[in-house]
Amino acid sequence: MKVLKNFGFLLGLPVLLVLVWWSSTLGPVNFFVPTPASLVGTFGKVWFGERFLTDVLPSIGRLAVGVIAAIVIGVVGGVLIGSVRWLRALLEPTLEFFRAIPPPVLVPVLMLLMGITDSMKVVVIISGCVWPVLLNTIEGVRAVDPVLSDSSHTYGIDGWARVRYLVLPSASPQIMAGVRQSMSLGLILMVISEMFASSSGLGFTIVQFQRSFAIPEMWSGIVVLGLLGVGMSFIFQWAERNILRWYHGQKEVENAA
Amino acid sequence: MSSQAPTSGSAAPGAERHYRRVRKVPTQQLLGVAGILGFLGTWELIPRLGIIDERYLPPASEVIAALVADFGLTAFWVAVGETMKAWFLGLLIAVAAAVLLGFIIGSSNFLRKATNSTVEFLRPIPSVALIPLAVLLFGVKIESSLLLIVYASFWQVLIQVLYGVADVDMVANNTAKTYGLGRMARIRYVVFPTALPYLMTGVRLAGAVALVLAITAELVIGSPGLGREIALAQSGGAISGMYALVLATGLIGVLINILMRFIEKKTLAWHSSVRSEVIV
Repeated sequence: MKVLKNFGFLLGLPVLLVLVWWSSTLGPVNFFVPTPASLVGTFGKVWFGERFLTDVLPSIGRLAVGVIAAIVIGVVGGVLIGSVRWLRALLEPTLEFFRAIPPPVLVPVLMLLMGITDSMKVVVIISGCVWPVLLNTIEGVRAVDPVLSDSSHTYGIDGWARVRYLVLPSASPQIMAGVRQSMSLGLILMVISEMFASSSGLGFTIVQFQRSFAIPEMWSGIVVLGLLGVGMSFIFQWAERNILRWYHGQKEVENAA
Repeated sequence: MSSQAPTSGSAAPGAERHYRRVRKVPTQQLLGVAGILGFLGTWELIPRLGIIDERYLPPASEVIAALVADFGLTAFWVAVGETMKAWFLGLLIAVAAAVLLGFIIGSSNFLRKATNSTVEFLRPIPSVALIPLAVLLFGVKIESSLLLIVYASFWQVLIQVLYGVADVDMVANNTAKTYGLGRMARIRYVVFPTALPYLMTGVRLAGAVALVLAITAELVIGSPGLGREIALAQSGGAISGMYALVLATGLIGVLINILMRFIEKKTLAWHSSVRSEVIV
């Protein structure tokens, strides 16, 4: 009974929304809104085939490379800057300014510097995604519990071991907060870099459909982007649950007390 | 830097802290200024030494001169005005809708459970996916920007409001009930103050996101504003002008951050998280 109830809560509203959509497209056909059936049909026809290999996979590949590189650079740089006080004071205002620049404006800049290439798109993603991770890591490293820090000093835990067993774990909740922001930013930047200047990829294809008024195809592209976003958010939640298991456990204990 | 701690550790802890606070603040700011100057210097040198061609990366002095020249142009301020108008309207609509829906959904257990899956599905959809739709529906008008801005900022605020409403202290709520406060009064005096810090965090995040989407819409769709000017400068070969506009968007971003922090501090002056910040 309980399972049934949860199932109802999970699917109730989505089913209701689809029904509303379906019934509202039953009458005279609106040019801009496809019926659910035609959308599902086009979705299969457009995206499961050659296009999957030529547009979808390369886009996802660039996105993955960009986001992972940004996370690595952000965490390494953040640990370095966060643990050296004068370096942090030196760089923080400059970094804050870079973070404040809306990342999409880097697309024309990097296009100019690097030309329209695959590596340009990856660099666009990296240069936008790195800031949330970097600044959150700096924050997290700075907020390491001073008592723990002193204890590990006393026990002679220094260098790499200190980073591995003290700094990274205690900064990880904030690092994950940064990663979450940069993942959705990465998806946005991937789409924009392809929409702005490209001859392949998801963003390009969707704009192509829109310009040729292939409305159901365009909608199916929007659905693909939506699914990508949802998929990334699931991957993130899974990773966060595993990486921060100790942290959530600790919170639970604290809240119970 | 922790190696310095033992050398100054001989002083009494209180005195040491006092000494540090007096000296550290100006040093830190000086270092920050030095960092900015160092960055500008490096930027100046890279094209001057020919590491990157001057045609693609003009020296910092040239770009800053172009930016200062922009400040005297009406067209620049019109573009800034367009961007800020889209930013403000979009943020306003998103916050209003998110607060209204957030309080309605958040105060009912049934609604919260029923909407959870839909919210979690719609939230990660990147708002740029709506660009083609915005173009079809509105063309190159401000409504296109607004559609993207509202969609992106709405979720930021809604999620925060939902968290905030869920955080209400049951004892406080029951106390208010016992004293005979009605539904509206409880929302006003119990739920709203609890949710306000969450709400302000959401608004601050949404403010940054809204700027990104405003510029993006102008850049990709071509609705009026700074983003369109950047795209035009780039395709027209006005390279220093393009870099100057990029710097201008960064400055606007910084100003928005400062403004948002200021508003947050003012509205939450009564809250312990802000009060303690003032004391320490």
